[in-house]
Amino acid sequence: MNNILLEVSNLRTSFYSHLGEIQAVRGASFQLEKGKVLGIVGESGSGKSVSALSVMGLIQEPGKVKEGSVINFLGRDLTSLSNKAMSKIRGNDISMIFQDPMTSLNPVYSIENQMVEVIQRHQTITKKAAKERAVEMLKLVGIPQPEKRIKNYPHQFSGGMRQRVMIATALSCNPQLLIADEPTTALDVTIQAQILELMKDLKTRISTSIIIITHDLGVIAEICDNIVVMYGGTIMETGTEQDIFYNPQNPYTVGLHQSIPKMNVDEKARLVPIKGSPPDLLHPPIGCPFAGRCPHAMQICLEEQPPTFSISENHTSACWLLHEDAPKVGDYITAEVVSE
Amino acid sequence: MGRYFFRRFLYSLLTIWLIASVTFFMMHAIPGGPFTREKAIPDEILRVIEAKYNLDAPLYEQYFDYLKGLVTFDLGPSFQKVGTSVNDLIVAGFPNTAKVGFFAILAIIVIGVPVGIVSALKQNKPLDYIVMFGATLGVTIPSFVIATVYIYIFAGKLGWVPPFGLRNAVSYIGPMIALSGYSLSFVARLTRSSMLEILRADYIQTARANGLSEYSVIAKHAVKNAVIPVITYLGPTIAAIMTGSFVVERIFAIPGIGRYFVESVTNRDYTTIMAVTVLYATIYVFMVLLVDIAYALVDPRIRFEKEKA
Repeated sequence: MNNILLEVSNLRTSFYSHLGEIQAVRGASFQLEKGKVLGIVGESGSGKSVSALSVMGLIQEPGKVKEGSVINFLGRDLTSLSNKAMSKIRGNDISMIFQDPMTSLNPVYSIENQMVEVIQRHQTITKKAAKERAVEMLKLVGIPQPEKRIKNYPHQFSGGMRQRVMIATALSCNPQLLIADEPTTALDVTIQAQILELMKDLKTRISTSIIIITHDLGVIAEICDNIVVMYGGTIMETGTEQDIFYNPQNPYTVGLHQSIPKMNVDEKARLVPIKGSPPDLLHPPIGCPFAGRCPHAMQICLEEQPPTFSISENHTSACWLLHEDAPKVGDYITAEVVSE
Repeated sequence: MGRYFFRRFLYSLLTIWLIASVTFFMMHAIPGGPFTREKAIPDEILRVIEAKYNLDAPLYEQYFDYLKGLVTFDLGPSFQKVGTSVNDLIVAGFPNTAKVGFFAILAIIVIGVPVGIVSALKQNKPLDYIVMFGATLGVTIPSFVIATVYIYIFAGKLGWVPPFGLRNAVSYIGPMIALSGYSLSFVARLTRSSMLEILRADYIQTARANGLSEYSVIAKHAVKNAVIPVITYLGPTIAAIMTGSFVVERIFAIPGIGRYFVESVTNRDYTTIMAVTVLYATIYVFMVLLVDIAYALVDPRIRFEKEKA
């Protein structure tokens, strides 16, 4: 088990607004092995981005990572570090890229200025060497004429190119972990494919482990080794890519599958949306957060949060249907998943 | 870039000419003239005086004469102070106005901007509330109240400063406060709100995510973006302050040019009206040009668009 890079246990992050405590993440646990790619999937407000920002130590006021949360990164608990100590880890050991590349680069500084600043922050090297490193990174992420383009300002790049610059900057200090928060959501579809292709390519060429956060199962299908499904601030199901796609054991995961379009299905068939809306995290439900929208909800689902059941070594699911006393809904899951 | 600013320079001259022309004709459209008195001057005498100053010539002739004078920097004789030219009035008064104005502007930038930044960083903390309370007072209290209270306390009761004039360094403090009070408070508020907006920007989160120090995140990445609206505001403000204030110069008895803006109009002192108008317009137009240059230095997006234009 020495292969674990990041282990998050019982992560609880809340935002204290004037309305009360908004419990964005309510006890999330997951882990990432070195060199692997972990996908965190969930709809808006499921707590996936907040989980990532908690790992980065970037939760801003009035938010707070609560007591008892443990974020173990290579044997150090990141929640116990000061902001100053965390800033030495950010961009150096753990990097993050964001959803909207159009606004994620500072418009008033050149790419060179921004990249060199990050490299020099974490490495004691000359400006010239830092620039060479930056050019090398831009080349790696497929920016043409990097020596020339590095002098440009963000507005002189397209959205896809800006995301490449973001990735180049994030990887410039050889981080052990790259967190990509919806890296393709703000891009149009062809560019999405290019960025995903780039990340897949980088995965094989560099040793960085990756966490990809997305609401789109399609995005993570090919690139992830393991997947975490989040909902209502809790983790619904974890497993390998195979488990989540071909043997989902949680009605929410099944719902996600049914709501995405597929190529090889009868074109007249309607997509099945998940009815209802996510729970209010200001007053989180006592039971399973998905109970209100779940077609198989039972009395206990409303009353008590389901424990995490282990299905196989890496596959877990938090659903009362997996309890031995639960009624057998049979192959409610596999029947609805279209095999490819 | 050079060509762009050369063109802008020509436009500036055109603007000044337009302002001067409009003012010239509007001024002559007001009833009465420089020699209209409550106690009427006999017609013959009035005609002689008007002939002396060429006021009996057709208006277009006066207009072209005036423009001729303007390009040779001859602003003509003052109608109120016999024997002095308007050039003399400006040369005597403007340095005083400009000196006080310069210190006021310095205070606005050096105090207003940092105070706004600190206030934003301490948002909703006691310091922020105190600063914003002070800034609200500064924006709402008129300069003549500030000036009068200042003189009452520091010159009258305490005797620390002279009650009027610009005799020594401390005597600049009062006019500086009265002149900058409003704009300083406004700049502090503007900087604060701009800063609060920028601190929520995605690229600030990126800067933090890249592990930059909090100092760099604020001083380098946030401030440069946050001062852009402040620069916009400062252009016209500097023009207004550099040309003085009737009220402040009157209360502190500063021999500046601020009073001419009011006195010349009530007196129909044509040449002085034109002089202060053209002076104000010139400073204003060139401040706007300066603001555009400052923009281009701060924001590369603007530089780029102008090169293409």
